[in-house]
Amino acid sequence: MSLDTRTVRRIAKLARIGLDEQECEAMRQELDGILGWVEQLNEVDITDVPPMIGTGLAKPRLRQDAVTDGDKRDAILSNAPDREGAFFTVPKVVE
Amino acid sequence: MHDMTLAAARKALSERKISARELVDHHLSAIEKLDGEINSYIVTTPEKAREAAQAADAKLAKGEGGALCGIPLGIKDLFCTDGVQTTAASNILRQFVPPYESTVTHNLLRDDAVFLGKTNLDEFAMGSTNMTSAFGAVTNPWQRDGSSTKLVPGGSSGGSAAAVAAGLALGATGTDTGGSIRQPAAFCGIAGVKPTYGRCSRFGTIAFASSLDQAGPMARNLEDCAILLGSMAGFDPKDSTCVDRPVPRYEDALNRGVKGMRVGIPKEYRPDNLPAEIAALWDQGIAWLREAGAEPVETSLPHTKYGLPTYYIVALAEASSNLARYDGVRFGERVPADSLDALYEATRHAGFGEEVRRRILMGTYVLSSGYYDAYYLRAQKVRTLIQRDFLNAFENVDVILTPTAPSAAFAHNERPTDPVQVYLNDVFTVPASMAGVPALSLPAGLDHAGLPLGLQLIGRYFDEETLFAAGHVMEKAAGFAKRPALHAGNVA
Repeated sequence: MSLDTRTVRRIAKLARIGLDEQECEAMRQELDGILGWVEQLNEVDITDVPPMIGTGLAKPRLRQDAVTDGDKRDAILSNAPDREGAFFTVPKVVE
Repeated sequence: MHDMTLAAARKALSERKISARELVDHHLSAIEKLDGEINSYIVTTPEKAREAAQAADAKLAKGEGGALCGIPLGIKDLFCTDGVQTTAASNILRQFVPPYESTVTHNLLRDDAVFLGKTNLDEFAMGSTNMTSAFGAVTNPWQRDGSSTKLVPGGSSGGSAAAVAAGLALGATGTDTGGSIRQPAAFCGIAGVKPTYGRCSRFGTIAFASSLDQAGPMARNLEDCAILLGSMAGFDPKDSTCVDRPVPRYEDALNRGVKGMRVGIPKEYRPDNLPAEIAALWDQGIAWLREAGAEPVETSLPHTKYGLPTYYIVALAEASSNLARYDGVRFGERVPADSLDALYEATRHAGFGEEVRRRILMGTYVLSSGYYDAYYLRAQKVRTLIQRDFLNAFENVDVILTPTAPSAAFAHNERPTDPVQVYLNDVFTVPASMAGVPALSLPAGLDHAGLPLGLQLIGRYFDEETLFAAGHVMEKAAGFAKRPALHAGNVA
């Protein structure tokens, strides 16, 4: 299966990465190459094989829903490009 | 002081033959003289380092201090360090100063290590060459005999590997997602250990592919790696994939020997096009272990060839999801635009380099509606088969021996332009990452041009001790002692 530019544009849109026409075509060729190469996985018989989600080595844990590392307001806000008092200010994200 | 190992420095410090301050000044001055050529550090923190050394000297004078008291280390710039910039070698995080410490670096500081600075890497740890860093490529301190052509140090922990190899740190932290500790260790002639997934906490390590990323030590030899891993490893309630079990004294395992040990030699790791000198080094490794009393056994890991394509689906899917947070609103350098979507697109276009964009797009594609089952779900099932291969093999063998990489370091300008060709560098390291089993690389010999080559050992879950034992036997037999062309000892 080969990838067309329209699909690359759609993927770029989903990934929120702007691409110009030239980059789009270059990316199409490269992604097409990578996808062609991963097609070899279709040779593998995966009947009745469960997906591997993690290694299964860590046991799921529960903990108290409590603050263990509190009173760090200024530290948390230290990388904010813009703030108002104790709040982050961000561009309007609901249009 | 130039050729001292971490273990030897630790001894000299505790006997007060050298001071931590001298040791740190020595390294800082070597970095100043040499790192302009190597570019292994993104930032150095001399003031903090000298303060920490002074504190270490005070503890040493009282006969106190942790296991790494006064030892100067390089920290891969993927680990969040409290109050020190952490960039992941990306423009999008150029201004990020974490207000907290990653658990791994916290553990090293608890043991009184001294941080010299943050080491260079492939952007977001994505690469096998260290050519994708927004802070410029790293140059391998090794050069081919009679040539000064710049070689790559491998990736993504290439800055850490180069710094250690050149004598610009006694040890360093790395992270390994598909081989990012082992392949640069091999290219730079040092040792590196990727522990079992879950052995070291991932808290505060900038995520690439969460089900694969694992921190580990890089140092001149395996004894130094054992000391470092003992400090880095351990349970952390802040990482739900971190495993709660005691950390052994890895140093004690080094001299266990290999008598009666069964060493698996996987036939699938000997493809027809394997260079003769890599195959010869591998045979040499087998001979060293046999002479020391181990029994080599042919073994099979039938899904080896599917490791890389599986990796590139699983890792890139996870990367596309992990890197969604860098959108200029939640994280990352914002590029303003007229609409919200345009802001996201402009921010992520400007902030991410080409390789990161390519990987995010690939990951988004394999997760997108209509392709999820065909790519992502299928890859997760093949991953199960790869894991089963290892579990089956370890029914009959205690450890597996393979080459680390299919070649020695190549030149900056020899880097293939086809992404798939670049990915093939990791063909021998990726399967162990997919299964989550521990693996290490040790320097075992030189190629025809005088460049280092590594051998890889792969072990059972949480059996790093057997890796150290077998590795130490080969290390002693190899007697690897040649210094790279660019080395602190040559400029002092």
